[in-house]
Amino acid sequence: MLWSFVKAFALGGALCAIGEFLVLKTKLTPARILVGYIVAGVILSATGLYGPLAEFAGAGATVPLTGFGHALTNGVKKAVQEIGFMGAFTGGLTSTAAGIAAAVFFGALAAMVFKPRPK
Amino acid sequence: MFDKNAKPSPRRQQQLDRYKQLVERMSPNSDMGKGLLRAFWVGGTICTLGQALQEIGKAWLGMNNTAASTFCSTVLVFLTALLTGLGVWDKIGQYAGAGAFVPISGFANAMVSPAMEFRREGLVLGLGAKLFTIAGPVLVWGVSASVIVGIIYAIWPW
Repeated sequence: MLWSFVKAFALGGALCAIGEFLVLKTKLTPARILVGYIVAGVILSATGLYGPLAEFAGAGATVPLTGFGHALTNGVKKAVQEIGFMGAFTGGLTSTAAGIAAAVFFGALAAMVFKPRPK
Repeated sequence: MFDKNAKPSPRRQQQLDRYKQLVERMSPNSDMGKGLLRAFWVGGTICTLGQALQEIGKAWLGMNNTAASTFCSTVLVFLTALLTGLGVWDKIGQYAGAGAFVPISGFANAMVSPAMEFRREGLVLGLGAKLFTIAGPVLVWGVSASVIVGIIYAIWPW
Protein backbone atom coordinates (compact mmCIF):
# COMPACT_ATOMS: atom_id res chain seq x y z
CA MET A 1 0.00 0.00 0.00
CA LEU A 2 2.88 2.32 0.80
CA TRP A 3 4.29 1.77 -2.67
CA SER A 4 0.97 2.87 -4.21
CA PHE A 5 1.24 6.12 -2.21
CA VAL A 6 4.76 6.72 -3.47
CA LYS A 7 3.66 6.18 -7.07
CA ALA A 8 0.65 8.48 -6.65
CA PHE A 9 2.85 11.15 -5.08
CA ALA A 10 5.49 10.95 -7.80
CA LEU A 11 3.23 11.07 -10.85
CA GLY A 12 0.75 13.53 -9.33
CA GLY A 13 3.59 15.79 -8.28
CA ALA A 14 5.21 15.56 -11.70
CA LEU A 15 2.00 16.51 -13.51
CA CYS A 16 1.63 19.52 -11.20
CA ALA A 17 5.26 20.52 -11.71
CA ILE A 18 4.70 20.47 -15.49
CA GLY A 19 1.72 22.79 -14.92
CA GLU A 20 3.86 25.12 -12.82
CA PHE A 21 6.54 25.06 -15.52
CA LEU A 22 3.92 26.20 -18.03
CA VAL A 23 2.78 28.97 -15.67
CA LEU A 24 6.32 30.27 -15.21
CA LYS A 25 7.59 29.83 -18.76
CA THR A 26 4.57 30.85 -20.82
CA LYS A 27 1.92 33.50 -20.52
CA LEU A 28 -0.82 30.88 -20.15
CA THR A 29 -3.27 31.64 -17.34
CA PRO A 30 -4.23 28.86 -14.92
CA ALA A 31 -7.68 28.65 -16.52
CA ARG A 32 -6.15 27.97 -19.94
CA ILE A 33 -3.83 25.38 -18.47
CA LEU A 34 -6.82 23.61 -16.91
CA VAL A 35 -8.52 23.49 -20.32
CA GLY A 36 -5.25 22.31 -21.85
CA TYR A 37 -4.86 19.55 -19.25
CA ILE A 38 -8.36 18.19 -19.85
CA VAL A 39 -7.95 18.16 -23.62
CA ALA A 40 -4.45 16.68 -23.28
CA GLY A 41 -5.93 13.97 -21.05
CA VAL A 42 -8.60 13.18 -23.65
CA ILE A 43 -5.99 12.92 -26.41
CA LEU A 44 -3.41 10.98 -24.38
CA SER A 45 -6.12 8.58 -23.30
CA ALA A 46 -7.45 8.14 -26.84
CA THR A 47 -3.97 7.35 -28.12
CA GLY A 48 -3.61 4.75 -25.39
CA LEU A 49 -0.80 6.49 -23.52
CA TYR A 50 -2.71 7.46 -20.40
CA GLY A 51 -4.26 4.10 -19.60
CA PRO A 52 -1.00 2.47 -18.51
CA LEU A 53 -0.13 5.55 -16.44
CA ALA A 54 -3.45 5.32 -14.59
CA GLU A 55 -2.90 1.61 -14.10
CA PHE A 56 0.52 2.31 -12.67
CA ALA A 57 -0.01 5.38 -10.50
CA GLY A 58 -3.67 5.20 -9.48
CA ALA A 59 -4.76 8.49 -7.99
CA GLY A 60 -1.52 10.09 -9.18
CA ALA A 61 -2.98 9.85 -12.68
CA THR A 62 -6.71 10.18 -11.97
CA VAL A 63 -6.74 13.10 -9.51
CA PRO A 64 -4.97 15.64 -11.78
CA LEU A 65 -7.26 17.10 -14.43
CA THR A 66 -5.68 15.01 -17.16
CA GLY A 67 -7.40 12.15 -15.34
CA PHE A 68 -10.69 13.92 -15.90
CA GLY A 69 -9.98 13.86 -19.62
CA HIS A 70 -8.99 10.21 -19.33
CA ALA A 71 -12.35 9.46 -17.66
CA LEU A 72 -14.18 11.30 -20.46
CA THR A 73 -12.45 9.21 -23.13
CA ASN A 74 -12.86 5.95 -21.24
CA GLY A 75 -16.57 6.62 -20.80
CA VAL A 76 -17.03 7.46 -24.45
CA LYS A 77 -15.24 4.33 -25.64
CA LYS A 78 -17.20 2.11 -23.27
CA ALA A 79 -20.51 3.66 -24.29
CA VAL A 80 -19.71 3.29 -28.00
CA GLN A 81 -18.97 -0.40 -27.41
CA GLU A 82 -22.26 -0.80 -25.57
CA ILE A 83 -24.77 1.28 -27.50
CA GLY A 84 -22.96 2.20 -30.70
CA PHE A 85 -22.64 5.62 -32.29
CA MET A 86 -24.77 7.54 -29.79
CA GLY A 87 -22.34 6.48 -27.09
CA ALA A 88 -20.06 9.24 -28.39
CA PHE A 89 -22.52 11.67 -26.82
CA THR A 90 -23.55 9.83 -23.67
CA GLY A 91 -20.30 8.26 -22.48
CA GLY A 92 -18.20 11.25 -21.45
CA LEU A 93 -20.64 12.89 -19.10
CA THR A 94 -21.84 9.56 -17.74
CA SER A 95 -18.40 8.59 -16.53
CA THR A 96 -17.66 12.02 -15.05
CA ALA A 97 -21.15 12.69 -13.69
CA ALA A 98 -20.26 12.23 -10.03
CA GLY A 99 -17.32 14.62 -10.12
CA ILE A 100 -19.27 17.29 -11.98
CA ALA A 101 -22.39 16.94 -9.83
CA ALA A 102 -20.32 17.04 -6.65
CA ALA A 103 -18.48 20.15 -7.82
CA VAL A 104 -21.75 21.88 -8.79
CA PHE A 105 -23.52 20.95 -5.57
CA PHE A 106 -20.73 21.58 -3.07
CA GLY A 107 -19.66 24.64 -5.05
CA ALA A 108 -23.12 26.20 -4.88
CA LEU A 109 -23.43 25.30 -1.21
CA ALA A 110 -20.05 26.76 -0.28
CA ALA A 111 -20.71 29.95 -2.26
CA MET A 112 -24.02 30.46 -0.47
CA VAL A 113 -22.73 29.72 3.03
CA PHE A 114 -19.45 31.64 2.98
CA LYS A 115 -19.05 35.35 2.38
CA PRO A 116 -16.17 36.54 0.18
CA ARG A 117 -13.50 38.24 2.19
CA PRO A 118 -11.40 41.19 1.11
CA LYS A 119 -8.13 39.98 -0.37
CA MET B 1 31.33 64.03 -1.63
CA PHE B 2 28.43 61.64 -2.05
CA ASP B 3 28.45 61.57 -5.80
CA LYS B 4 26.33 58.58 -6.73
CA ASN B 5 27.87 58.27 -10.14
CA ALA B 6 31.41 58.14 -8.86
CA LYS B 7 33.10 54.82 -9.41
CA PRO B 8 33.59 52.93 -6.15
CA SER B 9 37.14 52.51 -5.06
CA PRO B 10 38.70 49.14 -5.99
CA ARG B 11 38.45 48.04 -2.39
CA ARG B 12 34.80 49.06 -2.19
CA GLN B 13 34.14 47.36 -5.51
CA GLN B 14 35.62 44.17 -4.14
CA GLN B 15 33.24 44.37 -1.19
CA LEU B 16 30.30 44.91 -3.49
CA ASP B 17 31.23 41.93 -5.63
CA ARG B 18 31.60 39.75 -2.63
CA TYR B 19 28.22 40.91 -1.35
CA LYS B 20 26.61 40.10 -4.69
CA GLN B 21 28.08 36.61 -4.65
CA LEU B 22 26.86 36.11 -1.11
CA VAL B 23 23.32 37.19 -2.04
CA GLU B 24 23.32 34.82 -4.99
CA ARG B 25 24.49 31.95 -2.87
CA MET B 26 22.03 32.54 -0.04
CA SER B 27 18.91 33.23 -2.08
CA PRO B 28 16.95 30.21 -3.34
CA ASN B 29 18.30 28.84 -6.61
CA SER B 30 15.68 30.50 -8.73
CA ASP B 31 11.97 31.19 -8.69
CA MET B 32 11.65 28.41 -11.22
CA GLY B 33 13.19 25.71 -9.04
CA LYS B 34 11.28 26.83 -5.98
CA GLY B 35 7.99 27.02 -7.85
CA LEU B 36 8.42 23.57 -9.36
CA LEU B 37 9.33 22.05 -6.02
CA ARG B 38 6.33 23.60 -4.27
CA ALA B 39 3.95 22.52 -7.04
CA PHE B 40 5.46 19.03 -6.95
CA TRP B 41 5.13 18.38 -3.25
CA VAL B 42 1.72 19.96 -2.75
CA GLY B 43 0.29 18.35 -5.90
CA GLY B 44 1.86 15.04 -4.96
CA THR B 45 0.38 15.26 -1.47
CA ILE B 46 -3.11 15.92 -2.82
CA CYS B 47 -2.81 12.90 -5.12
CA THR B 48 -1.52 10.76 -2.25
CA LEU B 49 -4.53 11.83 -0.20
CA GLY B 50 -6.67 10.80 -3.17
CA GLN B 51 -4.94 7.41 -3.25
CA ALA B 52 -5.56 6.99 0.48
CA LEU B 53 -9.25 7.80 -0.01
CA GLN B 54 -9.47 5.17 -2.74
CA GLU B 55 -7.81 2.55 -0.55
CA ILE B 56 -10.16 3.43 2.31
CA GLY B 57 -13.17 3.13 0.02
CA LYS B 58 -12.03 -0.28 -1.21
CA ALA B 59 -10.84 -1.73 2.08
CA TRP B 60 -13.38 -0.42 4.56
CA LEU B 61 -16.44 0.77 2.65
CA GLY B 62 -16.72 -2.22 0.33
CA MET B 63 -16.46 -0.16 -2.86
CA ASN B 64 -15.33 -1.43 -6.26
CA ASN B 65 -12.70 0.47 -8.27
CA THR B 66 -15.15 2.81 -9.97
CA ALA B 67 -17.01 3.67 -6.78
CA ALA B 68 -13.75 4.20 -4.89
CA SER B 69 -12.46 6.54 -7.57
CA THR B 70 -15.75 8.47 -7.49
CA PHE B 71 -15.59 8.59 -3.70
CA CYS B 72 -12.08 10.01 -3.92
CA SER B 73 -13.02 12.84 -6.30
CA THR B 74 -16.17 13.67 -4.35
CA VAL B 75 -14.35 13.98 -1.04
CA LEU B 76 -11.53 16.05 -2.58
CA VAL B 77 -14.09 18.34 -4.22
CA PHE B 78 -15.96 18.71 -0.93
CA LEU B 79 -12.81 19.49 1.05
CA THR B 80 -11.67 22.07 -1.50
CA ALA B 81 -15.05 23.78 -1.57
CA LEU B 82 -14.95 23.99 2.22
CA LEU B 83 -11.35 25.28 2.35
CA THR B 84 -12.08 27.80 -0.40
CA GLY B 85 -15.06 29.09 1.58
CA LEU B 86 -12.94 29.40 4.70
CA GLY B 87 -10.29 31.33 2.76
CA VAL B 88 -7.62 28.70 3.40
CA TRP B 89 -7.39 27.50 -0.19
CA ASP B 90 -6.29 30.94 -1.41
CA LYS B 91 -3.17 30.58 0.71
CA ILE B 92 -2.47 27.06 -0.53
CA GLY B 93 -2.95 28.32 -4.08
CA GLN B 94 -0.55 31.21 -3.59
CA TYR B 95 2.07 28.89 -2.18
CA ALA B 96 1.75 25.94 -4.53
CA GLY B 97 0.58 27.43 -7.83
CA ALA B 98 -0.11 24.58 -10.22
CA GLY B 99 0.23 22.11 -7.34
CA ALA B 100 -3.10 23.44 -6.13
CA PHE B 101 -4.96 23.96 -9.40
CA VAL B 102 -3.93 20.95 -11.50
CA PRO B 103 -5.57 18.29 -9.26
CA ILE B 104 -9.36 18.00 -9.28
CA SER B 105 -9.37 20.23 -6.19
CA GLY B 106 -8.37 23.08 -8.50
CA PHE B 107 -11.50 22.47 -10.53
CA ALA B 108 -13.62 22.75 -7.39
CA ASN B 109 -11.80 25.90 -6.32
CA ALA B 110 -12.29 27.40 -9.79
CA MET B 111 -16.04 26.94 -9.32
CA VAL B 112 -16.43 28.15 -5.73
CA SER B 113 -14.06 31.08 -5.86
CA PRO B 114 -15.89 33.15 -8.55
CA ALA B 115 -19.29 31.95 -7.31
CA MET B 116 -18.72 33.48 -3.87
CA GLU B 117 -18.88 36.88 -5.54
CA PHE B 118 -22.40 36.23 -6.81
CA ARG B 119 -24.22 38.61 -4.50
CA ARG B 120 -24.07 41.54 -6.89
CA GLU B 121 -25.94 39.62 -9.57
CA GLY B 122 -28.29 37.71 -7.33
CA LEU B 123 -28.63 34.12 -6.22
CA VAL B 124 -30.31 32.42 -9.17
CA LEU B 125 -28.44 33.98 -12.09
CA GLY B 126 -25.31 35.28 -10.39
CA LEU B 127 -24.39 32.11 -8.54
CA GLY B 128 -25.53 29.88 -11.37
CA ALA B 129 -23.45 31.64 -13.98
CA LYS B 130 -20.37 32.36 -11.88
CA LEU B 131 -19.93 28.74 -10.86
CA PHE B 132 -19.03 28.14 -14.50
CA THR B 133 -16.72 31.09 -15.16
CA ILE B 134 -13.74 28.74 -15.42
CA ALA B 135 -15.45 25.35 -15.15
CA GLY B 136 -17.54 26.23 -18.23
CA PRO B 137 -14.61 26.41 -20.66
CA VAL B 138 -13.09 23.30 -19.08
CA LEU B 139 -16.29 21.32 -19.61
CA VAL B 140 -16.97 22.71 -23.09
CA TRP B 141 -13.54 21.79 -24.45
CA GLY B 142 -13.20 18.56 -22.52
CA VAL B 143 -16.62 17.22 -23.49
CA SER B 144 -16.24 18.38 -27.10
CA ALA B 145 -12.87 16.66 -27.41
CA SER B 146 -14.33 13.46 -25.97
CA VAL B 147 -17.28 13.56 -28.39
CA ILE B 148 -14.85 13.82 -31.30
CA VAL B 149 -12.89 10.86 -29.93
CA GLY B 150 -16.17 8.96 -29.55
CA ILE B 151 -17.26 9.65 -33.12
CA ILE B 152 -13.90 8.52 -34.48
CA TYR B 153 -14.03 5.46 -32.24
CA ALA B 154 -17.53 4.59 -33.45
CA ILE B 155 -16.30 4.66 -37.05
CA TRP B 156 -12.88 3.06 -36.62
CA PRO B 157 -12.63 1.28 -33.27
CA TRP B 158 -8.98 0.71 -32.42
